Amino acid sequence: MNVRRSLAIAGLLLLVVGTYMGLFVAPPERHMGEVQRIMYVHVPSAWNAMLLYTFAFGFAIASLWSGKPEWDDRLVGAVEVAVVLNALLLVQGSIWGRATWGVWWDWDVRLTTSLVMLLLFAGVLTLRRMASAERRAQWSAVATIVAFVDVPLVYYCVRWWRSLHQIQSSPETVDPAMVIPLRLNAIGILLLGVAWLMARAAIEKARRRRDEAPLPSRVIVKETAHA
Amino acid sequence: MSDDRRRRVLGIVIALAVAAAAFTYLAMSSVGENLVYYWSPSELRAEGSGAVGSVVRLGGLVEAGSIRREADGLTLRFAVTDGKASVPVYAQAVPPAMFREGIGVVLEGRMQEDGQFSTQRLMVKHDNQYQAPGENEVPKMEDMVRSLQLEDGD
Repeated sequence: MNVRRSLAIAGLLLLVVGTYMGLFVAPPERHMGEVQRIMYVHVPSAWNAMLLYTFAFGFAIASLWSGKPEWDDRLVGAVEVAVVLNALLLVQGSIWGRATWGVWWDWDVRLTTSLVMLLLFAGVLTLRRMASAERRAQWSAVATIVAFVDVPLVYYCVRWWRSLHQIQSSPETVDPAMVIPLRLNAIGILLLGVAWLMARAAIEKARRRRDEAPLPSRVIVKETAHA
Repeated sequence: MSDDRRRRVLGIVIALAVAAAAFTYLAMSSVGENLVYYWSPSELRAEGSGAVGSVVRLGGLVEAGSIRREADGLTLRFAVTDGKASVPVYAQAVPPAMFREGIGVVLEGRMQEDGQFSTQRLMVKHDNQYQAPGENEVPKMEDMVRSLQLEDGD
């Protein structure tokens, strides 16, 4: 069985078990009640979006350093998966915020930097589409490195500045019965995310091969695609 | 070094330099001091009449025993404290279910001439504690004050 499929299946299993425990085994929060269960997807989305942006940052440096197009394939995979998680993060946070804080949104530093993070990396993906094939990898890598500045800010802003969003929780501040589903979902989403990253990189590689192929075979590929 | 490789390495150097410069600026400069998300009751009090009129956010804890609901069902009166000073609040807002004595709140509104803070946007700020019901039911005052992040950053 290939690596990508094994990762996806393992990730899905962890996510199912973690979500079941989060919904039915873990206790409700003493003050927030049942709505706190959104934490089991919100926090893993945040961790994994930031982790995948960090992967993309590493791929960007490797891509510029080596000039090998495979790093650019991985970069687009990492950025796309992280952008999806980033968008989910904002939606989940908004729902949780309405129920606990009383508002869907406020221009607090954590919320604002998280939105900026989404817009910056959506910008990286837009820039890729505008760039010529020869420049695409280089532009994407430079834009990813610049956009990455916001990622540590998202993490540290709540420690540096006053905010509506609370600071990071830790195993000391979270009931042990809540820590287990949180970790299962975090690892589950990570494995699924990496599987998606690999699948997306494979698609990018196939596209690149097609576009680099000599003209006759390109025509054939396009015709088969339309058939 | 080929021309192509030189250009790529130059790309890394420039991108990292821009990223590092932007991050250093944000982290080290005084931009953080201008980013005051909310004022504490002490800070608002210290400003005196200077604080009257402009729209600001006030952050603090709901003082124990201070909550009064008016008969119209819309008006809420309570006091916000940081343990040192307290500001009376006149709120016309539906409070979220988390609202209670001792919880953190962030209020957007105006300081009135009579020393009351008037708000229509009431937000609850909770700390990073997630506990099962029945344990540590009453949070410690010091912990709640710490969650307000009133000491300026490290």
